[in-house]
Amino acid sequence: MIHQIPSYRRRKTTDRIMRGLTAVATLIALVPLFLILGYVLFRGIGSLNVAFFTETYRPPALSFGGEIQAAGGVLHGIVGTFMIVGAATLIALPIGILAGVFLAEYPSNSVATIVRFCTDVLSAAPSIVVGVVAYVLIVQRTRQFSGLAGSIALAVMMVPIITRTTEEILKLVPHGMREAAMALGAPKWRLTLTVVLPSALSGIVTGVMLAFARAAGETAPLLLTVLGSNNVSFDLLRPMMALPLLTYKYTQSPFPAENNLAWGTALILTMLVLIVNLLVRWATRNKLK
Amino acid sequence: MAQLEQAGTWKAIQRRTKHGDTIFWALTLFFALVVVFLVAAIGFVIWAGSQEARQAFGIRFLFEQGWNPVSGNFGALPAIYGTLVSSLIALFFAGPLGVMIGIFLTELCPARLKTPLSFLVELLAAIPSVIYGMWGVFVFIPFFRSTVAPLIAGSLGRVLPIFAGPTTGQSLMVAGIILAIMVLPTIASISRDVIAVVPSHQREAMLAVGATRWEMISKAVLPYSRAGIIGAMMLGLGRALGETMAALMVIGSLKPRIPDSWLNPGVTAAALIASELPNANDSLHESTLILIALVLFGITLLLNVGARLLVWQAARGPGGSIRA
Repeated sequence: MIHQIPSYRRRKTTDRIMRGLTAVATLIALVPLFLILGYVLFRGIGSLNVAFFTETYRPPALSFGGEIQAAGGVLHGIVGTFMIVGAATLIALPIGILAGVFLAEYPSNSVATIVRFCTDVLSAAPSIVVGVVAYVLIVQRTRQFSGLAGSIALAVMMVPIITRTTEEILKLVPHGMREAAMALGAPKWRLTLTVVLPSALSGIVTGVMLAFARAAGETAPLLLTVLGSNNVSFDLLRPMMALPLLTYKYTQSPFPAENNLAWGTALILTMLVLIVNLLVRWATRNKLK
Repeated sequence: MAQLEQAGTWKAIQRRTKHGDTIFWALTLFFALVVVFLVAAIGFVIWAGSQEARQAFGIRFLFEQGWNPVSGNFGALPAIYGTLVSSLIALFFAGPLGVMIGIFLTELCPARLKTPLSFLVELLAAIPSVIYGMWGVFVFIPFFRSTVAPLIAGSLGRVLPIFAGPTTGQSLMVAGIILAIMVLPTIASISRDVIAVVPSHQREAMLAVGATRWEMISKAVLPYSRAGIIGAMMLGLGRALGETMAALMVIGSLKPRIPDSWLNPGVTAAALIASELPNANDSLHESTLILIALVLFGITLLLNVGARLLVWQAARGPGGSIRA
């Protein structure tokens, strides 16, 4: 029988080993995921208390026991992140959505090809390059590090994500809907605004949320444009602090007490990003091919 | 009767909305052109900003080693060396691993587990890079220094000086490993998509002539999707090249130099720019850093365009276009 032929045995063994290796590879990939998330959770949770969320930076101080403690919290980072990324979303939203609408509704002309290519180029641009451009164009011209410069840099990174998602989602809207609206006499602009966009709205929102999560985690452009600050600030035209910048700063700090704050900040940042990603996944669970 | 009335109303409607389509077209075209303008602005700014350095150094800038902001002597070779070494180490680990994960998720995984496992692998890509850097500094580097580095230095290090030496932990090797973790989800998910679109008649034909499942994969599926897999690796490499924060935090070194061993600190292009640009001494220093940014952008662009040609639609899909 075939199972007794030695070469078949050898092939079968190879088959089993290689298939096992692919399963092992997948497990290997999951190890760092759980290690990183686990460490962030366990080391960060100790830093989370009410003061952490409601106070701004306080310099490390010597306590009675002779230990250096870092009191204070990360309110300035939380406020800064939401303001900077919020402003970036406001800037990127109209550009991204309307560019996506253009690509979906007028897809076959040469301008569309160029725009698609440029969207790909923008999404491939390293974040440091975008930061450099924002630094040269805005920070040097205005002689001022500002939250707005950071917002513009982040918006440049968000635009390709929003554009591509909008285009893909709009292309998924069935043509029958458009044709029915046309049959009722609606001009193109009206049917796009009142028929196509509302039905694609959930997909577009998930694209914006993904872009938001990505921008919230970006540090390199902010290093070059926002500089950082120790106070809670609502002024986008001045330097501000943001959560990823704070994580970086506390990691580089020589005080172990501040390093613990870095874990706490990382925990907040990771939870923000993870929750948004989970929401997006849950919302698109029925739309995956 | 009613039709005549409707004709009058219809004319009124047409009169009021006939410009609507043109306005709509113009509005969307305008914002689409903003995207083009952004790319042009990036290109123009880094080209113009690096003008001074390009005139001062010329092409030999890529091959020189010194880095002295005070005397104005700059060479990009340490940055290029560090970037290439750490990215290639990353690709060395993440490439085969990513393809194996793609194979597992497409061919061999039970259907129930496919979505959760894909989601978990892609979650690796969602973690911000500063958190990878922080984890690297506080967790991985001590582990590497105490456990892995002596093993490497003791075994390979005796033979190849590139693996030799005591290490403080911050090194090209550590940067390469952390970059590998960051790049793995990109390679895995694109490989998975590319392998999934291999037509089933290829697989069935192999099985019909008696191949084992692994033989089917290695002889029918992988050669068919070879272009896409190479594209996936190119995109992964592009991502590793541009990675700033994680590399900045674990690669060490204040002075850009080419280390003797991969277990020693080095510098990558992105990390160099991030650490020196806000404090640049003079316009030549700044222009040099922008020139490095230009080189980095150019290489990343070439890799991405090449990868797009290889992968085209296989990497796209609802929500999937974010991956790459």
